[in-house]
Amino acid sequence: MSKRDYSLLGPDGARAVETGLAAAEWYHTDVPRKVMKELMQRSDQPAIRDTMILYGCMIAFAAGGIAFWGTWWCVPFWAAYGVLYGSASDSRWHECGHGTAFRTAWMNNAVYEIASFMIMRNSATWRWSHARHHTDTYIVGRDPEIAIMRPPAFVRLIGAFFGIPDVIDFFPRMIRNALSGPTAEERTFVPQSEWAKVQRVAIVYTAIYAATAATAVATGSILPLMVIGLPRMYGAWHHIMTGLLQHGGLADNVIDHRLNSRTVYMNPISRFIYWNMNYHVEHHMFPMVPYHALPRLHEVIKHDLPAPNRSIASAFAEMWPALRRQLAYEDYFLKRDLPPTAKPYREDFHRAALGDLPDALPAE
Amino acid sequence: MPQWIRACATDDIDEEDLIRFDHGGATYAIYHSPEGDFFATAGLCTHENIHLCDGLVMGHLIECPKHNGQFDYRTGEAKRAPVCVNLRTYPVRVDGTDVYIEVP
Repeated sequence: MSKRDYSLLGPDGARAVETGLAAAEWYHTDVPRKVMKELMQRSDQPAIRDTMILYGCMIAFAAGGIAFWGTWWCVPFWAAYGVLYGSASDSRWHECGHGTAFRTAWMNNAVYEIASFMIMRNSATWRWSHARHHTDTYIVGRDPEIAIMRPPAFVRLIGAFFGIPDVIDFFPRMIRNALSGPTAEERTFVPQSEWAKVQRVAIVYTAIYAATAATAVATGSILPLMVIGLPRMYGAWHHIMTGLLQHGGLADNVIDHRLNSRTVYMNPISRFIYWNMNYHVEHHMFPMVPYHALPRLHEVIKHDLPAPNRSIASAFAEMWPALRRQLAYEDYFLKRDLPPTAKPYREDFHRAALGDLPDALPAE
Repeated sequence: MPQWIRACATDDIDEEDLIRFDHGGATYAIYHSPEGDFFATAGLCTHENIHLCDGLVMGHLIECPKHNGQFDYRTGEAKRAPVCVNLRTYPVRVDGTDVYIEVP
């Protein structure tokens, strides 16, 4: 299956549909209904607390950056502001898009819209994109959110730490969406009833960025862009660092999240920025469980999962060599051992759909 | 021709919860509302054929376990993306401790 075609309109996607790999039934760890109900319960309190901390810190750091503008003292303020703007917005976009962060719907929607703007994702388009990511996680030609395609494009990956490929993709797309609605690829996963909304959102984004740029020109300073827009680049590194670990180096075209997703233990600051998405196998297996309950879910099902990586550094040490091997042999992937308490990987779930893969999967 | 089928006992479903009920090659979801009333809908989400029985009941909403789309299970109305198509509902009656639904 080398020479993957990641286009949503290409042959790999069509093949996934034909073979039943798309929209398949995925493996789930057994969890008693009462336990799962308790884990799924929604609450406003944790997300209100975290949102107040987030926005409060952003205001304080931006104020510091502006106050010290023109001196080196502004650098740490912008560095901190940038990570909250350009990385924490990714996790807020994600959790509020699922509708699980808050119990109250309008709170989810409000934070989702703000975060979508900051992370430079059309809020109407990406709600559907992410639904597809959960239906067909890392199914080639179906999942529009595959962060590391094979063979890995290392220059692009490194550029992503500075937001470069995302920003280069975003602005022309925003203009196209504003002029004519979703693109042909976007129309494969955004229902027609939402196309006008995609266009409206793009028009609003265009107006805000145009006003910000005009203010920068009028004042002869990039300071307005330091507040709006540029932090998506200078603060992107954290969400790329954590996001690449979600699925990097693991299997594609499988229907068991234990094979294609990674759980990593992280420090409390990264977990706040990332809103506990380091428990990524758990999130994909049970996307209704709110971020604040994921550590408890992890305790419930960890007997059935590969051992989590102990730190961000150890996860990169595992992933990076695998990505390098994929340069030479793109079918290579990491296959982590399961503990003795786990149910075995159900290769038969997806083997038929994998078709021409050799019997001995190139994994370790 | 529609017929009434016994789906479950009243105490088979906790309040503010649901169970799956399969009959005649079709799958249904039976709900027990916070007020103690019973309702029935199609068992699969209209978005991507996911069984709703693993979802979360919040008041009068059922949330799909895969993509978090929501329906009002009393009317079947789609309430939250990614669901756009309403859920089919079925009449329910309670006879003693038995819950019946009317199926086509």
